[in-house]
Amino acid sequence: MQPVMTEIALTVNGREARLAVDTRTSLLDLLREHLDLAGAKKGCDHGQCGSCTVLVDGRRANACLALAVAHQGAEITTVEGLAGGEELHPLQQSFVDHDAFQCGYCTPGQLCSGVAALAEARAGWPSAVTADLAADAVALDAAEIRERMSGNICRCGAYPGIVAAVAEQAAR
Amino acid sequence: MMAATPAAATPAAATPAAAPPATGAIGVPLARIEAREKVTGAARYAYEHQPDEVAYATAVPATIARGRISALDAAAAMEVPGVLAVLWHATAPRLQPVADGELAVLQSGRVAYRGQFVALVVAETLEAAREAERLVAIGYEPEEHDSLLREDHPGLYAPETVNPSFPAATSDGDVEAGLRAAAVAIDKTYRTPALHNNAMEPHATVALWDGDDLTCWDSNQGAPAHRATLAQVFGLDPARVRVISPHVGGGFGSKGSPRPQLVLAALAARVVARPVKLAVTRRQMWAVTGYRTPTIQRLRLGADAEGRLTAIAHDVVEQTSTVREFAEQTAVATRMMYAAPNRSTSHRLVALDVPTPSWMRAPGECPGMFALESAVDELAIAAGIDPIELRVRNEPEVDPHSGHRFSSRGLIACLREGAERFGWAGRDPAPGVRREGCRLVGTGVAASTYPVYRRGAQAFARAEPGGGFTVGVGAADIGTGARTALTQIAADALGAGVDEVRVELGDSALPRAPVAGGSAGTASWGTAVVKACRALRERLDGEHGGVVPPDGLRADADSEQDVADQEPMARHAFGAQFAEVKVDLDTGETEVSRLLGVFGVGRIVNPRTARSQLVGGMTMGMGMALLEESVLDPQFGDYVNHDLAGYHVACNADVRDIQAHWIDEEDPHLNPMGSKGIGEIGIVGTAAAIANAVHHATGIRVRELPIRLDDLLWAEAADGS
Repeated sequence: MQPVMTEIALTVNGREARLAVDTRTSLLDLLREHLDLAGAKKGCDHGQCGSCTVLVDGRRANACLALAVAHQGAEITTVEGLAGGEELHPLQQSFVDHDAFQCGYCTPGQLCSGVAALAEARAGWPSAVTADLAADAVALDAAEIRERMSGNICRCGAYPGIVAAVAEQAAR
Repeated sequence: MMAATPAAATPAAATPAAAPPATGAIGVPLARIEAREKVTGAARYAYEHQPDEVAYATAVPATIARGRISALDAAAAMEVPGVLAVLWHATAPRLQPVADGELAVLQSGRVAYRGQFVALVVAETLEAAREAERLVAIGYEPEEHDSLLREDHPGLYAPETVNPSFPAATSDGDVEAGLRAAAVAIDKTYRTPALHNNAMEPHATVALWDGDDLTCWDSNQGAPAHRATLAQVFGLDPARVRVISPHVGGGFGSKGSPRPQLVLAALAARVVARPVKLAVTRRQMWAVTGYRTPTIQRLRLGADAEGRLTAIAHDVVEQTSTVREFAEQTAVATRMMYAAPNRSTSHRLVALDVPTPSWMRAPGECPGMFALESAVDELAIAAGIDPIELRVRNEPEVDPHSGHRFSSRGLIACLREGAERFGWAGRDPAPGVRREGCRLVGTGVAASTYPVYRRGAQAFARAEPGGGFTVGVGAADIGTGARTALTQIAADALGAGVDEVRVELGDSALPRAPVAGGSAGTASWGTAVVKACRALRERLDGEHGGVVPPDGLRADADSEQDVADQEPMARHAFGAQFAEVKVDLDTGETEVSRLLGVFGVGRIVNPRTARSQLVGGMTMGMGMALLEESVLDPQFGDYVNHDLAGYHVACNADVRDIQAHWIDEEDPHLNPMGSKGIGEIGIVGTAAAIANAVHHATGIRVRELPIRLDDLLWAEAADGS
């Protein structure tokens, strides 16, 4: 069977990308194999580890579970799009300062997840451990951060550094 | 580059002759050298190298556990647009024989375990390769298989040695007599399940041939060793093979030896005459990337009324495969942990129709110390003695097995400092009596240990004409912080600042060096780096007046002889781990509310990365205690929970208050840095500390890991059995 190719246009890290994609191609493979954005990682390809986490229209998503063809017009942010030129995103700097990684393979996903978790809390989105479900904004204490960052597995066990880094940005 | 530390200020060229001044680069919490690359996504891992015209390969796993391939029909797969080749044993090129049979890929129709790679599809795109992979029709002649480990298996045998080269059995004195003479004795059996390393980056290779020159970007723990194996398999001069691995997404032992995808990628690239990428999928990792053998361990301990051991016996049953023997050294730590006049250990293996077990973080010590340290806790309770005090009373003066003196032995200091930090004093030993709401609370302690190994390595140090130094060593940084630690070690030896030193590693073109394994990386590579740096400094100052010549200046070093010449001694790291658990009476769920380790690991090169590594090991140990288990289905001979939804590793919410500390330990008998390895000791003893705490909380002794909800659901009714 011939592959079905579809022309799509989407914005990745502020730049428009227009290309024909195989309809079987995941958003993750589109980024990694076709757009030379290898920051998002393939850890399980099953939506179980979070290494592929990117922001889709501002919300975190597992890029391995998303089909590229379904993202016509979407705005994608990957770890490569977090920093402003040479200046690191504040959460990236906090990750460096708190040694929030070892091998670094889960790190891009952790960072995208962390950026989104900070925004979600500011927007008042509750988590499973939030006491006041009606609050306008949720204070990110350690328990909240652990809960909200548990979709991103780190086999090196850098969790304390990750919590400290996200907490530092939550306190800003 | 990272900000330099205050200590990193001395300009190299201005340094006076004679002994280099200590810059104090060792011991400084320098941020990881490659931190910026890792947080920006710029760090490229193996699969992320994209040579022109690269093709994509996917591997086809066997669906029987034992038998032969009778036929393979690739016609449908070849019809998928973009498919370049389907390889199997009838069509794949022949390889040279290799010691590890797991690397003789596509060389025979034998199937030794379910999931073994039996065919390979190569295509223009990953999507086409994956579609074609499903269309490869394989006919099998299945045979009865036998995949389940049990202690009464008729095929059990004693191996000649256990890894790496220890005797399989030892006996000193008369254990039976020692047990008969004991005032208290225990005789219990402990079980640990198959465990999978599950580094976040699946094993992957990009292979590129240029004539007979082969380059592989590969995810591994030692590029030079992988090059040597590749050269052997393809019958090439090693000089024609290069393995490049600058960033590696974790290994935990599973990338210490070459895996089938390395050979398959190179094989496929040769056949299709294009570069080829191949990644093992997460699910395939259960079969082809190694795992920790399940163990069944009988522990017999006897002690007099004061808790002094009269006998220690540790008998291990574990598995290997029919492909090759892998004999985990599970009882080896028991040979030197505690003093007793009568001691014996043994290992027996059975070769099952399973994947070959392999290295996983602290092989031997990790499962073995779960059993020993659980048994010591049981003995302490039986003797009515505090478990710390019992360990103190059994501290040996010399290594009980070898008779060598210890280069340093910090066990008691770690236990004492840990007790102080954790708040052990005044602990009521009674189990099952502390309640917080609907949860039972308990605390436990266990000892950690890991040997201090060192291997010969080569390195160079070069003074650059434009200023600064380059240090090269075929080391690997799999997330350990090796690049950073070696930068500090080199700066210290050169009398230079860390910002003046650039370390190159992760490339087989660099001087030959051993793998990152056995917690010996820093010691092995560091010894050669120090030697090269000191030689360079001596020549620079002695022959060139401290001024770098126009072409630069290079010194090479080889530490093989230095390592061979070291005095025989018992060199080990020690530690103590303390756990506090809360067990929910309604759900049986165990929360590790506090985990604290204190380690005696010599001099700490970088406290920031060291703490992360120790905490990481303890976190994996927590997963071993409560979550991790690869469940074998005997009918299919395969692990059924082969993904991260079925095999649970500790996630962020599982880790609460976790702390790693160390004692000041000066040990002049190790290496120029005075350091002991820290990559593995963190996982040793953790599971026992948690199981001991669970017993203290609930009165239930769990001797089979992981500790499950249903082990504890009737906690309140437990009587301490």
